[in-house]
Amino acid sequence: MAYDKFNILTSSAVPLPIENVDTDQIIPARFLKATERKGFGDNLFRDWRYNSDDTPKEHFVLNNPIYSGKILVGGKNFGSGSSREHAAWAVYDYGFRCVVSSFFADIFRNNCLNIGVLPVQVSAEFLDKIFKAIESNPKTEIKVNLPEQSITILETGEVESFAINDYKKQNMLNGFDDIDYLLNIKKDIQQFAQNTPL
Amino acid sequence: MSKTLFDKVWDSHVVQHIENGPDVLFIDRHLVHEVTSPVAFLGLKNRGIKVLYPERTFATADHNTPTRNQHLPVKDKLSANQLKALEENAKAHSIPYWGLGHEKNGIVHVIGPENGITVPGATIVCGDSHTSTHGAFGAIAFGIGTSEVEMVLSTQCIMQPKPKSMRITIDGELSNAVTPKDVALYIISQLTTSGATGYFVEYAGEVFRNMSMEGRMTVCNLSIEMGARGGMIAPDSTTFDYIKEREYTPKGKDWDKAMEYWNTLRSDSDAVFHKEISFNAADIEPMITYGTNPGMGIGIQSGIPTAQAMDAGAATYQKSLSYMDFKEGEAMIGKPIDFVFLGSCTNGRIEDFRAFASIIKGRKKAENVTAWLVPGSHKVEEAIKAEGILDILQESGFELREPGCSACLAMNDDKIPAGKYAVSTSNRNFEGRQGPGARTLLASPLVAAAAAVTGKVTDPRELMELQEA
Repeated sequence: MAYDKFNILTSSAVPLPIENVDTDQIIPARFLKATERKGFGDNLFRDWRYNSDDTPKEHFVLNNPIYSGKILVGGKNFGSGSSREHAAWAVYDYGFRCVVSSFFADIFRNNCLNIGVLPVQVSAEFLDKIFKAIESNPKTEIKVNLPEQSITILETGEVESFAINDYKKQNMLNGFDDIDYLLNIKKDIQQFAQNTPL
Repeated sequence: MSKTLFDKVWDSHVVQHIENGPDVLFIDRHLVHEVTSPVAFLGLKNRGIKVLYPERTFATADHNTPTRNQHLPVKDKLSANQLKALEENAKAHSIPYWGLGHEKNGIVHVIGPENGITVPGATIVCGDSHTSTHGAFGAIAFGIGTSEVEMVLSTQCIMQPKPKSMRITIDGELSNAVTPKDVALYIISQLTTSGATGYFVEYAGEVFRNMSMEGRMTVCNLSIEMGARGGMIAPDSTTFDYIKEREYTPKGKDWDKAMEYWNTLRSDSDAVFHKEISFNAADIEPMITYGTNPGMGIGIQSGIPTAQAMDAGAATYQKSLSYMDFKEGEAMIGKPIDFVFLGSCTNGRIEDFRAFASIIKGRKKAENVTAWLVPGSHKVEEAIKAEGILDILQESGFELREPGCSACLAMNDDKIPAGKYAVSTSNRNFEGRQGPGARTLLASPLVAAAAAVTGKVTDPRELMELQEA
């Protein structure tokens, strides 16, 4: 499925300064029963966001109207655990286009890149600066510049660069996905398969 | 140039290398289940394409299936719908499908090896992070997302940069009651839950060489819990003895030819790893977790660490202990528990049931404990019956359920209630993993059995001594 192009995103951000946020928190397994990719945003962080009677938990950041934006900022080791792409879908479907952390779990990072959510890995120090900037002003805007591979806290002008491989960068900039690429080299793959017995 | 085991298998599957980008990696075998595949099949439908190699694809139902009355229609509508979608997709694309009630049905990572789908030197993927299990056979096996499931269905390839390599060596002899699960929980407790992120692990040394295939599968299964994409162990006679004569493994001359290749599957003696770590077997105790990630494990006789001793931030650590309603410095031994879960792709194999039975034999299930014993597959279930283990379980007041993922992720009705404590042989103790508000203590089948008969966290060595005395 081709996705939105990503170029420069300037937005306020939602802070979640917790480490090791696992995919069972991002979307609990009982919400994985759909056969279509629809409505996962409603259950993003379900058990942190809602009580068992479905009333919102006041203190959770997504229920606090002073925080909003298309960027989610999480603590170290964001997205650990299960390979469920539903976690990335939930992040996207809720309205986030970028997740910032000082460290990402492997599969979650990969899943994000495959659906058009940009994972931006920054240093622990820079992550701390972002959290502090949002704490002092929840409307603080953050600029994520994919062509230049930089992230800037606009209020303070503090900036850091981030890494992404050229192939994925081009995919994100153009809204291409891997299947388009693979289908284009199908003949090479079939030839390879002939020499690779079961 | 000298190569690691991982290099040998990965490099031989690269269809194309993209400069400053990923490798196009050919996938030998693709396992499919009901939860992470429907959107991928939908993608194929939207593109108007078919599965490229159905003979390299295998489908089973396991994640959301009930563990009782599997002969009846599945009550939960959404689950039933997902199961139906898998059955229809498998049929439409001529993929072997082992649904509910099929003799080969079971947890995807249990039935792959059981049926010989898993072989050394292969690349194996599945939309499930515990696909790392199959690395026990010297395969490169790892979990993928649904977009990648669609890639493999449509082109038999994925696109990923090659991970870095890490070797974890453990020499020496394991102490009494220290199982493969304890070895894995110990490693994760030392490396933390993100300590191997970005790496593919090879397990080496005496401890793994002496391990059964079931034990190796338990260890490789848990590789993902330290952040590694996967883990693998060089194949040897233990491996070959296990896979020989299984349905999908090569036969006759093909077997001999395969053996020639499989015998080359070990890291060259001068191969260089990006990271090398070693531990001493004698330092490992029976383990139990006290927190909300698998890295929060300790020897069962130890106290819960203080926040200062931890790598994670104090706020995260306190949040975790508060969820568990535990305090720094407390002992785990003696803590009352409510549920015991034996099963999952981590510990749902015949050896795990043998271990459990060895402790509970001649004892009774504690009255305050609800126990869910769920075999990993129908073949495991058959073996439990054939070996007389079912009789031992029943005499002690336990019931055996039907196969599936069950309470490991609680997608079906097997949910631990809020606030209750479960000693679980599964792989994740995340908040709410086993049901909203559930509190999970990960441990080996021996520790689970000891808890099941005493109703509290108990060192299995105490019960074993009594048996021996």
